[in-house]
Amino acid sequence: MSMTLAEKILARASGRAAVKPGDIITARVDLAMMHDSGGPRRIAPMLERLGAKPWDPSRIVLITDHYVPAFDAESAAILDITRKWVREHGIEKFYDMQGICHVVLPERGHLRPGIFAVGGDSHSPTGGAWGCFMFGVGATEMAGVVVTGEIWVKVPHTHLVRWRGRLARGLAAKDMMLKLCREMGLGTVKYGVVEYTGEGIAALPMSERMVLTNMAAELGAQTGIIAPDRTTVTALGAVGVDTSDALQWQGDADARYEKIWDFDAAALAPQVAAPHTPENSAPVGEHAQVRIDQCYIGACTGAKLSDLHMAAEILRGRKVARTTRLLVAPASTRITGQAAADGTLAVLTEAGAILQASGCGACAGYGAGVLAEKEVCLASTARNFKGRMGAMSSLVYLGSAYTVAASAVTGHITDPRDLLNERAAA
Amino acid sequence: MSQPITPGRAFVFGDNIDTDVLAPGLYMKKPIEEMARHCLEAVDPSFATTVRPGDVVVGGDNFGLGSSREQAAQALHQLGVTIILAKSFAGLFFRNCINLGVAPVECADTDRIRPGDRLAVDPIAGTIENRTNGERYAGVPIPAHLVEMVRDGGLIPYLEKRAKAGTLGVRGKGAA
Repeated sequence: MSMTLAEKILARASGRAAVKPGDIITARVDLAMMHDSGGPRRIAPMLERLGAKPWDPSRIVLITDHYVPAFDAESAAILDITRKWVREHGIEKFYDMQGICHVVLPERGHLRPGIFAVGGDSHSPTGGAWGCFMFGVGATEMAGVVVTGEIWVKVPHTHLVRWRGRLARGLAAKDMMLKLCREMGLGTVKYGVVEYTGEGIAALPMSERMVLTNMAAELGAQTGIIAPDRTTVTALGAVGVDTSDALQWQGDADARYEKIWDFDAAALAPQVAAPHTPENSAPVGEHAQVRIDQCYIGACTGAKLSDLHMAAEILRGRKVARTTRLLVAPASTRITGQAAADGTLAVLTEAGAILQASGCGACAGYGAGVLAEKEVCLASTARNFKGRMGAMSSLVYLGSAYTVAASAVTGHITDPRDLLNERAAA
Repeated sequence: MSQPITPGRAFVFGDNIDTDVLAPGLYMKKPIEEMARHCLEAVDPSFATTVRPGDVVVGGDNFGLGSSREQAAQALHQLGVTIILAKSFAGLFFRNCINLGVAPVECADTDRIRPGDRLAVDPIAGTIENRTNGERYAGVPIPAHLVEMVRDGGLIPYLEKRAKAGTLGVRGKGAA
């Protein structure tokens, strides 16, 4: 029977020759990823109640990223619980304050094509960029996984999203994604898989592909996935992962898809989503002149090295407008190091950007950088739900790191291509 | 549910009720009792103070979209809401509800329900009776493989039962 890539992974993980959409399976978990918010502070009491221990500490990865660095006594206590639990249960794959889980996980070589993984965070589909089936679960469900090593899955149907053409200068995967949120809608996929393919995807580096699988969550998908290619193999090799069987993980040519969607990357304009949903997106020009109090480059989906490079391309030799502020929270300490080494950080800080620690931070309304009542923010993050980044009346717009940086220069929502062209003409 | 079904009052919301509205990030490190007081306040400031145990939350499409934070379901449970009716649920939120003892029931007719209507819902059978206007609606029954978990009150009580029966053990290590 022909299968999609996602179906092949689910068949393997459930010990079946084949699966089809709608089958209820029990799958063995290859990797369980937790963070400080949904991790030990919530699952430890459940394990205690069950009198159970982790099924396999070597398959658990724990990453602190939500309450880092601690900003009050409560967040400090949450981190303290996390560290003690890690020691008590001998969890060796522990990354404390090293960055956001979805970025740290592949950065440290824990993902590879074909694995079946769960994460205690809704953006866990990010891992699908590496050719795995990875999806998000709540803390109680994670406790079940940690105890049994298994989880039930209703085999999802797959939507195939094909991108022809390549992005023009000043465009990013975030623009592709915000267009998908509008065109596909947030409820259409109904917990299916979104598989991305085509020239527009093949041309993207891994960091950009991860934006598309990350925000498959916004489309209501159980996960997003991209079949591995040479770009995947090269990136895996760079972090020391065995790639001998990586390319075997491909869907069948005659696999059945729920629906096939076609988009043109070459024709795309920068996109901005207005409050209070990523679905509320439009070409950047339709939001021009919206005044911005805070520009934020951060989060799992918006502060990888490629995003910092986009911002630096705009900000080199320019200054953040006095009417706004630009906060930059690189997605991991490794990225901060790389950006320091290649001069990117200096460009950002010379322009007036404020550097923050690596973590989920303001994106999820935690820690430093949250918004006051009625403040307006333009962020490179994934969600702009009401009240998410702070006060209930605050307004969050979403855009690429290019668009956020360009808007930081002018103080209002700005097409980054204008600034890039200005430089080219100078 | 094994106990007789007593009707609860409907609290009606629209489409795309997200997890930030159900469990605002600002209160994520607070105990669930405190978080629950802010549940849905962005769309109905009086919800947490007027809802009573047994009441039913009614939504439109894509109820519970957003975060994996299960406090979104737990806050409702804390306020005594154990049944949600919606035209459709976000998949991750649906799982969290089942795990935390809240029954999510898909129902295409939620537009017919007015705030304050008295609803008698059987989530296992997927039947909804509007005792205020006399209408009956068909819902999607809880999937068969989850009925036992729903009857037990969620994943942890279900696993606890298995632990007591000695069937909780891991059946094998992961394959890869």
